[in-house]
Amino acid sequence: MSAPAYQVVGTRPIRHDGADKVTGRALYGADLELAGLLHGFVLRCPHAHARLRRIDTSKAEAFPGVKAVVTAADFPPSGDRMVDLGEGETPLSYIRGNVLASGKALYCGHAVAAVAAVNVHVAEEAAGLIEVDYEVLPHVTTALDAMREDAPLVHEELRTKEFGAPGSRPSNVAEHFRHEMGEVERGFAEAEVIVEREFHTSTVHQGYIEPHNATALWNNDGRVLIWCSTQGSFVVRDTTACILDLPVSQVKVTPLEIGGGFGGKIPVYLEPVAALLSKKSGRPVKIVMSRKDVFEGTGPTPGSFIRVKIGARRDGTITAAEAYLAYEAGAYPGAMVASGAMTVFAAYHLPNVRIDGFDVCVNKPSTAAYRAPGATNAAFATESVMDELAENLNVDPLDFRLKNAAREGARRADGVKYRRIGCVEVIEAMKNSEHYRSALNGPHRGRGVAIGYWFNVGLASSCTISVNEDGTVNLVEGSTDIGGTRTSVAMQAAEVLGIAAEDVHPVVADTDSVGYTAVTGGSRVTFATGWAAYEAAQDVVRQMRERAARLWDVDPDAVEAVRGQYRAGSHRATFRALAAQLNRTGGPVVGRATVNPKGAGGSFSGVICDVEVDPETGKTTILRFTSIQDAGKAIHPAYVEGQMQGGSVQGIGWALNEEYYMTAEGTMANASFLDYRIPTCYDLPMIETIIVEVPNPGHPFGVRGVGEANIVPPPAALANAIYRAAGVRMRRLPMNPAAVMEAIWAAAK
Amino acid sequence: MKWFDYAAPRSVAEAVRLLAAHPAARTLAGGTDLLVQLRSGRKETDLVVDIKRIPELNELRYDPAAGLTLGAAVPCYRIYQHAGLRLAYPALAETASLIGGTQIQGRASVGGNLCNASPSADTVPLLIALSATCHIAGPQGTRAIPVEDFCVAPGRNILTPGELLVSLHVPPPAPHSGARYLRFIPRNEMDIAVAGAGVSVTLDHGHFRSARIALAAVAPTPLLVREAGDALAGRPVSAESMGAAAELAKAAARPITDMRGTAEYRRHLCAVLTRRALEAAVAQAKGN
Amino acid sequence: MHGKYHVRTTINGEAVEFLCEPRQSLLECLRDILGLTGSKEGCNDGNCGACTVILDGRIVNSCLVLGAEADGADITTIEGVARGSRLHPVQRAFLEQAALQCGVCTPGLIVAAKALLEAEAQPSEERIRFWLANNLCRCTGYDKIVRAVQQAAHEMQEVNR
Repeated sequence: MSAPAYQVVGTRPIRHDGADKVTGRALYGADLELAGLLHGFVLRCPHAHARLRRIDTSKAEAFPGVKAVVTAADFPPSGDRMVDLGEGETPLSYIRGNVLASGKALYCGHAVAAVAAVNVHVAEEAAGLIEVDYEVLPHVTTALDAMREDAPLVHEELRTKEFGAPGSRPSNVAEHFRHEMGEVERGFAEAEVIVEREFHTSTVHQGYIEPHNATALWNNDGRVLIWCSTQGSFVVRDTTACILDLPVSQVKVTPLEIGGGFGGKIPVYLEPVAALLSKKSGRPVKIVMSRKDVFEGTGPTPGSFIRVKIGARRDGTITAAEAYLAYEAGAYPGAMVASGAMTVFAAYHLPNVRIDGFDVCVNKPSTAAYRAPGATNAAFATESVMDELAENLNVDPLDFRLKNAAREGARRADGVKYRRIGCVEVIEAMKNSEHYRSALNGPHRGRGVAIGYWFNVGLASSCTISVNEDGTVNLVEGSTDIGGTRTSVAMQAAEVLGIAAEDVHPVVADTDSVGYTAVTGGSRVTFATGWAAYEAAQDVVRQMRERAARLWDVDPDAVEAVRGQYRAGSHRATFRALAAQLNRTGGPVVGRATVNPKGAGGSFSGVICDVEVDPETGKTTILRFTSIQDAGKAIHPAYVEGQMQGGSVQGIGWALNEEYYMTAEGTMANASFLDYRIPTCYDLPMIETIIVEVPNPGHPFGVRGVGEANIVPPPAALANAIYRAAGVRMRRLPMNPAAVMEAIWAAAK
Repeated sequence: MKWFDYAAPRSVAEAVRLLAAHPAARTLAGGTDLLVQLRSGRKETDLVVDIKRIPELNELRYDPAAGLTLGAAVPCYRIYQHAGLRLAYPALAETASLIGGTQIQGRASVGGNLCNASPSADTVPLLIALSATCHIAGPQGTRAIPVEDFCVAPGRNILTPGELLVSLHVPPPAPHSGARYLRFIPRNEMDIAVAGAGVSVTLDHGHFRSARIALAAVAPTPLLVREAGDALAGRPVSAESMGAAAELAKAAARPITDMRGTAEYRRHLCAVLTRRALEAAVAQAKGN
Repeated sequence: MHGKYHVRTTINGEAVEFLCEPRQSLLECLRDILGLTGSKEGCNDGNCGACTVILDGRIVNSCLVLGAEADGADITTIEGVARGSRLHPVQRAFLEQAALQCGVCTPGLIVAAKALLEAEAQPSEERIRFWLANNLCRCTGYDKIVRAVQQAAHEMQEVNR
């Protein structure tokens, strides 16, 4: 079957918001200026765990230039209840408690009060005058420590949900769940080679360059107006309304440009605080986090302890696999361990599997999603064990993976049965790549491979398209654009309409102006919002056929529309020509659609990397790196490559240097871009890409999301490469030079 | 950031007067350390004295007979862009290009790097190895001290209230001499040294005539390891002699364990970096 | 004495005067006083480069310069890179190479790259990466950024030929 020929899909147009972003004109959240604007500053707890005995704000309130001070006591007394803000049911008290601490502060960086003043320096000085009487409590910062019987309790009232049923004893473990399939013990009994290893991964941050920000105006008509940089304007609306005990219609969120998120700009931190400050002061209030605030006060992604055991026969067939995943939720339950469990063995067809997951609270910032959340931790373990097994079996690591690769119809331990997936195609593309076939020569050098998976999500999206008389269209969507999705969404509409990508003008609208649209996350925008644009464009085509029918006095069903050419019998008109006659044929044409698709296709990704390890310093240099990923269909290949390259480099940073370096006091020692070492361009080679296209049967153009799976394999691939270069198996992230050196010393002993 | 006043004196005398009158005043050269410290609350001040408008502080002059005069506010980029300096002190030019990144090098000065008195300061071990001296002006007049005596504790230097580092002087390079500073960082730029070694050597027919070795980030101050350099004097240039000096450097290091590295790892790096820096300095000396 | 400081500068070719508090950084002055919000704050401690401007011919982090220090200086910000409605070759190359995703680091990178290409006509990949190491980008993995600078270097060379 040959692929359908597209005119727009698969091309590389200039992005619609490009000119504004290369000239500095694009308006990001922190760039907003309003008449009478005040500046806010959030006071944060300096201790890992502390009871808030008393907060005295009187000196701050009296400081010249201060207009308002708030604490958690200023929240409306709405009590606690379960709320669903798009990521499952959560107690409101957790969401509200993370915005401003009440009773106890649960981590260093937890917000306890906020000040609005005439400028940010005054607000900061005044915040320093707030007297907080802290009773410092014992703290716990790793999952394994927090699971001990005698561990300090993060939440005294928390009970473990054990296989779905609530427990009776206080614990830091919010949940223990299990996925099981087949007969695991029998499977291991059949195995001729078994490898079981333990892995640790550090807490890491999404590291977007733009700090969180929010501006709020509690308007005199009672409506709360918010401007911010967010991955989900409706999440901000709904969360703020919940916390402030307002109907959602009383909150309007205008998303401004967003400077990166990677999952970390889904949670709400500042908006309700800015709103309260605005209510007290009667003026708009802007709060912008410092970089330290971002590291200490916003969602990193979980650190974890993982044990993986895999058994195989001599012929390379895996007979059983087992995983134990303990993820740090941070201060509030909700570690990404469920998705860790969904992905830990997702690349393989396994008859016998058991996966245990633990969601563990610790005194660190409440964790948030980070690009394929939970999957990178898990793949580091699985793909390291797979590498070791392949070595023991003396087979090529890709052949071993290929032999056991998941295919259409395979069922995962969590119950999901795969539709058409590209796992085999990705591994074959790796095998056939020039990189994998090339020789790697030289001392202290090694090549590693790994694969990874992310399931992607659908969720709700809305879109309207209005036709302009000049033959262009305006497209209104609700998905905030982190990485060029205005264009990938617009291109799908353009393809349907038979016009150029440049003739679609995409607009990301506020929550009053577009239908509900879920977060920019889960690799869903090009898939789901793209689909909404596809459907809205189909709606336009249908109406344009009616207009043509009216002009030509034929039945609308007789009008054919193919790539923007409309015809019926001998009548012919282009989309543009019909658009010019809208007023004469009945007035404006607006197409609209809402979708909530279920057919998100998971994406597999692979990495081949070559490294050199300095045997005297332990430092790893990446010589060559190739990312391979199944895009389903690449709508805009340049931005697909960009996702692959960006995810790869985040994975490299996670693998080699990034970590929350915790002091004995439970505080983060390296809360700056100087010491939280994300990769610079001088640390990297070019990142080669190979796009595989196994169309997703659940999308009109075959799109799979490509935003996430690419971060999953790099840490394991690097660990496997370091092993071949330096002879040491690294089972703890980050694999920084000191860690590699220590492993080399230990191996020499 | 708390309020402070700003002054930009035009002469050394005026700067000294301001600094003497305001004991809490801070001198501002490139600002790449000071502004970060003021913002984070690690330092406080009521007056920032910008010394970049003082001619002596901007002087950059190389004379084959007299050596190098390096004004305390001269930013790094001027050092590595100075053709004469690059030829006479290639190690200094290279080290100036290691600090921070391009933007930092547009502001940060070697004088500021020294006054900041961080144990991990990249330029200081090399200045010590090159036998540089500090020229200081103060209410009581001027004085000159060796660079190795300038830093007294992490973040603290020998300057008394009212004193100002005016310039650094580096003697002219001897024939058959070479120098090099090597540091270890986890990234390739934009990082603080986990450990560093600055060395200078002078050769004499296959032997070391003299050598100086200093270390970064392994003691409360940049550390001159006199015995390691002295041990090379008179010895043949060989892997063995350089290895022995590297071991002496390692033995002198007294590092701490922190987020940038363990004490054991830092000691190990001292030996590796000292040996590698000596090899590079020797190669350069042989070329001279 | 809590007086404001009177600063006279040239910004993007035009004489500009403003009053600032001594503690305000040049970045704050550009953004909050002068409305030039193209320069971004990513870290406020000189490590991300999103606030890069050209100050008297050298790129600097404007968060690590006091507004008061800019008295008498000549400054180019991202707003001064395009010639009227005509994009600079570096800006065009960033668009054509898809060298931006979220775009928040882009102004700083473009200013830094422009300064590089004005100083060195044909920098190597190694040289480009070294020069830009003070500009963090978390979205792109830098590949397309480096290619964009290479493309712009090539185009500027062609024009000068």
